[in-house]
Amino acid sequence: MLLEVRDLRVEFRTRDGVVHAVNGVTCEVDAGETLAVLGESGSGKSVTAQAIMGILDIPPGRIGGGQVLFRGTDLLTLKEEERRRIRGAEMAMIFQDSLSALNPVMTVGAQLGEMFTVHRGMSRKDARARAVELMDRVRIPAASQRVRDYPHQFSGGMRQRIMIAMALALEPALIIADEPTTALDVTVQAQVMDLLAELRSEYGMGLLLITHDLGVVADVADRIAVMYAGRIVESAPVHDIYKAPAHPYTRGLLDSIPRLDHKGRELYAIRGLPPNLQAIPPGCAFHPRCPLARDVCRKDVPPLYEVSGTRTSACHFWRECLDGRADS
Amino acid sequence: MPEQPPPHEPERAVAGTGMGGAMDLGAREASTLEGAPGGPESTGPVALRSSAASGGRARSLWSDAWRDLRRNPVFLVSALVICFLVVIAIRPSLIAPGNPLTCDLARAQDGPAPGHPFGFDGQGCDVYTRTVHGARASVTVGVCATLGVALLGSVLGGLAGYFGGASDALLSRATDIFFAIPVVLGGLVLLSVVTSNTVWPVVGFIVLLGWPQIFRIARGSVIAAKQQDYVQAARALGASHSRILLRHIAPNAVAPVIVVATIALGTYIALEATLSYLGVGLKPPSVSWGIDISAASPYVRNAPHALLWPAGALAITVLAFIMLGDAVRDALDPRLR
Amino acid sequence: MAEPILEVRGLVKHYPLTRGVLFKKQIGEVRAVDGVDFTLDRGETLGIVGESGCGKSTVAKTLCNLERPTAGEIRYRGEDITRLSGKALKAVRRNIQMVFQDPYTSLNPRMTVGDIIGEPYEIHPEVAPKGDRHRKVRELLDVVGLDPEYVNRYPHQFSGGQRQRIGIARALALRPEIVVADEPVSALDVSVQAQVINLMERLQTEFELSYVFIAHDLSVVRHISDRVGVMYLGRIVEIGTDEQIYEHPTHPYTQALLSAVPVPDPDARERRERIILSGDVPSPTDIPSGCRFRTRCWKARERCALEVPPLAVPAEFRYDTGPQVHDSACHFAAERQVVPPRERDAGGDSSTRAH
Repeated sequence: MLLEVRDLRVEFRTRDGVVHAVNGVTCEVDAGETLAVLGESGSGKSVTAQAIMGILDIPPGRIGGGQVLFRGTDLLTLKEEERRRIRGAEMAMIFQDSLSALNPVMTVGAQLGEMFTVHRGMSRKDARARAVELMDRVRIPAASQRVRDYPHQFSGGMRQRIMIAMALALEPALIIADEPTTALDVTVQAQVMDLLAELRSEYGMGLLLITHDLGVVADVADRIAVMYAGRIVESAPVHDIYKAPAHPYTRGLLDSIPRLDHKGRELYAIRGLPPNLQAIPPGCAFHPRCPLARDVCRKDVPPLYEVSGTRTSACHFWRECLDGRADS
Repeated sequence: MPEQPPPHEPERAVAGTGMGGAMDLGAREASTLEGAPGGPESTGPVALRSSAASGGRARSLWSDAWRDLRRNPVFLVSALVICFLVVIAIRPSLIAPGNPLTCDLARAQDGPAPGHPFGFDGQGCDVYTRTVHGARASVTVGVCATLGVALLGSVLGGLAGYFGGASDALLSRATDIFFAIPVVLGGLVLLSVVTSNTVWPVVGFIVLLGWPQIFRIARGSVIAAKQQDYVQAARALGASHSRILLRHIAPNAVAPVIVVATIALGTYIALEATLSYLGVGLKPPSVSWGIDISAASPYVRNAPHALLWPAGALAITVLAFIMLGDAVRDALDPRLR
Repeated sequence: MAEPILEVRGLVKHYPLTRGVLFKKQIGEVRAVDGVDFTLDRGETLGIVGESGCGKSTVAKTLCNLERPTAGEIRYRGEDITRLSGKALKAVRRNIQMVFQDPYTSLNPRMTVGDIIGEPYEIHPEVAPKGDRHRKVRELLDVVGLDPEYVNRYPHQFSGGQRQRIGIARALALRPEIVVADEPVSALDVSVQAQVINLMERLQTEFELSYVFIAHDLSVVRHISDRVGVMYLGRIVEIGTDEQIYEHPTHPYTQALLSAVPVPDPDARERRERIILSGDVPSPTDIPSGCRFRTRCWKARERCALEVPPLAVPAEFRYDTGPQVHDSACHFAAERQVVPPRERDAGGDSSTRAH
């Protein structure tokens, strides 16, 4: 297994109290596999990614417990020096906002080349040549000329390609992409997602895709982990989850999105609001919004029930949900 | 910068975690804090603070701000100090019945004595009486100059920022010219031709040179506020320019003006002292802290009390105004409640 | 029903690009909206979709008289409103209101919710007598699904979805006939987005509103719209009913746009045909000659660079009937189905389930 996250917990100390952002996340990514972590804002998906990558701001953040096993080594026990050697070379990250993630006062060629001069000790000339090669690889037209341009001279889609090129530079085994196409238009989003999927299979990397977009997930993911209030509430292969969700939250999400292929009637709306992470409801965090909620849900935190060999659900009544009785 | 996958990640980590992590959460908090998921559909914010008491008559920003201020100890203390200063500026004889100009050279630089708690200065004048009487000049210069600067600067800056166009370009260039004038040199030149020994030439001079600072700040914050969607929404409702400026832009643009103006107030009082020291501000026999400070500075080793009392009064005055400005700014921002 | 309440003809909005501080010199112009025509019927929802920079937000602003168009007409009940000012403009504004995208910047943070929703009555005192306003504000809060007890709260005490409800209440205060909504749900989370869409649909019936619904999310637009216009670089390239646009698109840009939308159905991955466009949208300061889509179009030929295709029923469909016959600005318009028809018995299709 390439990456195994076990019971990861992250909290933030703020003026108004402790925010429990991640409350026991467990997931796995294998080489050559795409795991999509799906969640709404505040579900803890980005914080999970940052904790895995080791770029969490501590303080105010704090790892409350758990393990992040990368090829069997627990990253959380490593020294910062050792973690830094893994970042970039072994695991790389793609951010949502490419404009702020690239240095505005360095040419993209210099930024790409830096990967090679620093990590691989190449000469500047060779590094420049590799940079052009990489830009070609992510299909930036006229790469040999554009290598001298600054980030703001590229369009959003092109900048996101440069981010991908940068992540790929040292051929890492794992890529974490945090909402990589959210800021892009659909036609450009399609180009970038296609490129990412193609490069992933070509390099045989594992991809951890953080997103809120159910459409993007269906397009590229092999498996999905749905997050709610800092926990993974359902995890399953992509086809299973869209066919028959085993958690009422997943079901509610799927039902609440308008469809492209037909007009549909009134949308199903999950009632209420996402929980306050400083005061997560007792028992199942989803119970105040859940159509299946009963007394047990208000008292007992549901464990991860095994639905099948490849599926888990954190719902006491996952059987009913699976049978489609969630709507009653 | 080495060994970082996208080499510029540290910046992102700051922007990403400081903001993405905690702030993502911060933003989230803002939206979910009160959002204890309640019943179906109705789910509204649960009252977090008592100030959000529901029902009753409609409230406005100013009445809420006033309620807030009345409970703020910082405001209460600074307001008390300022009230006291204003009172003694108007009627110094209330607490210091003596004449500040009656001096006895024989007692020059003497320490405290019965009836003279602060001692005597280099001319043998009673420091207590002079400090109390000096409040008038300093407070008048500080308050009047600040009011003038703030009014002129924020009105011109607000209009220039809101309407833009040629007058904005012209005014902005004019401020550049004023910024280029060295304050002390300008004071020496302009005030040396004035013969009146009152505070008004000094006030006028400070307003003349001071307004561009507030102009720039007011213009900038009006331009920022003008682009907000709520201003567009008010326009779409058919709101007049004056309503947009007074109801929507001014309350959102006033905070930086208040902060800078209260800080400037201190520097204006100090500027009055500087000009008086150079002999172009107030001149003896006028009484002001500035005059006393400059007069006491040559023999500070022998009689530090002659310097410390007026300087302390000056410091407390400036501090009180800055604290007041801070409290008012916070009260005008409901997000901080 | 088919009575037009709003007619837009040849709408143009160009922003000059200038250089210099005191003596400004025009060095070019941004052609944000470059000749847009459409009509809005009473009680209908017209969706306008397009990618960022296509000019859809500028259209919204000109409709609400927040920007004065460079040329063209906007006729509300037959009267051109683009050159109005003073009282006449204020009167028209009562009838055309706007809902904004960003629920965080569209409400004045220093006003209470009661003041925000009550402000329309202060600006238009003839709508509600003074004593009545407080009650009306509470009614409006109730209508949009918020507790009327919240009148004295400030916007920051609400979540994004609730703020958007406040924005909608403000837009409804004057009982307008037309509501222009510029990306009203795109800043919201999926689960909250559905609540707001449902609310807007309910209010449309309740208040007999006509909507111009502007968004980049094609699924949302299909869900709420009766007719849909697709914009590209300042122009509408195709317009028709939702069925005509989504199931029988004839403009290559519409086809590419639809095919690029990720569909929440993993089985569609293999079934779907993807049209991946090359390159980026050209800058609106330098719009290509002829057909503005030709630089990214796989069908482009010489004629496309020379002649501007008009927005009309394409010549090849002149004698046809059927859903492919609708306005499409392409010289080589041809029907192509890019959204796979829904499999009615598919288990993953949940939105028809009764709730």
